[in-house]
Amino acid sequence: MNVLGFADDNLILAQRLSEWVAAAPDLELDIAVANMALDHLGVARALLTHFGDLEGKGRTEDDLAMFRSERELTNLLICEQPNGDFGQTIARQLLFDSYQVGLWEKLAGSPDEILAAVASKALLEARYHWQHSATWTERLGRGTEESNRRMQSGLVALARYVDEMFDEHQDLRRGFDERLTPVLDESRLVLPKDPSPRRGGRRGMHTEHLGHLLAEMQSLARAYPGVQW
Amino acid sequence: MVTTATTLSPHQLLDQVMDPELPFLSIADLGILRGVETVGTRVRVTITPTYSGCPAMDAIRKDIESMLDSHGYQPEVVLNRAPAWTTDDLSPRARDLLQQHGFAPPQADHSVGCPRCADGPARVVSRFGSTACKALMVCGSCGEPFDLFKELR
Repeated sequence: MNVLGFADDNLILAQRLSEWVAAAPDLELDIAVANMALDHLGVARALLTHFGDLEGKGRTEDDLAMFRSERELTNLLICEQPNGDFGQTIARQLLFDSYQVGLWEKLAGSPDEILAAVASKALLEARYHWQHSATWTERLGRGTEESNRRMQSGLVALARYVDEMFDEHQDLRRGFDERLTPVLDESRLVLPKDPSPRRGGRRGMHTEHLGHLLAEMQSLARAYPGVQW
Repeated sequence: MVTTATTLSPHQLLDQVMDPELPFLSIADLGILRGVETVGTRVRVTITPTYSGCPAMDAIRKDIESMLDSHGYQPEVVLNRAPAWTTDDLSPRARDLLQQHGFAPPQADHSVGCPRCADGPARVVSRFGSTACKALMVCGSCGEPFDLFKELR
């Protein structure tokens, strides 16, 4: 199982989500986004540590998070996409949560006991995140013309990154559709089929956005290696 | 064997280790204390996180270590994630204590009663609250906002 890939997905998404803190539409959403970022960061830390142990080269979670460059990161492209407006962020979260619920359900039965334990914990959190994303999708989709338009634009912008999530796990596509479609239907939204899906995150081939994200995330650790506070 | 440990057992000492965010709940009542093995003065304590990213885990680990250490034990704290903690692991006493302190104990959102006026129904203001384990509610009857200990299972 691709422990490092799963770790990187959660690390990068945690960083993206945390960009909303103190900038979300209201205080409750600031708090919500911080909570979700923290859940993803917790999963990332556990999996990075586990990967370091499996690899056996003595790399810690900090080494792996802060001292790998763009080409060494293996997260899915959808995780690194900019937040855009709130509608686009909710679109990304709904898509990713719908994928991750199925992924954790599957990995909870992994023969790798540590991965299974992390997954079974993360599954409960992912379901909760999904409910938040679904509620907001419905609110934006059925809210005003403007909110519907923005959420729909978010789905259009992200459609090209959907197929990549299933390259390693074709079997998760059906569950994903079953979770996603009723919510979108209810919300008068559609996920278009993109004619040219983008992929490559797992091989370290990223969109231009990851480098900028890493520059911010890693700058302190690189300027002051080993710093504690 | 000469022992410097006090007469309080590790179990009794651990009953005094509280959750830093909910300081009226012990880690045992919260259900995150998974095991205590004592050999002489060496104590191995197993805990499990409530949430993957719960920032209180580091504080709890330190509190356990200093509590046991100050009573002459040599603690070792181990983190065990399986099986995953759920709100079913809360003790019945924890549910009572939450209620007494103005928190609604875990339950499905639609049936939540206000811990102050005991009336309902309440509505969800935010599914995420001031800590990882809470959601923010408001009572439909008396209008008071209150925290719901999120149901996780």
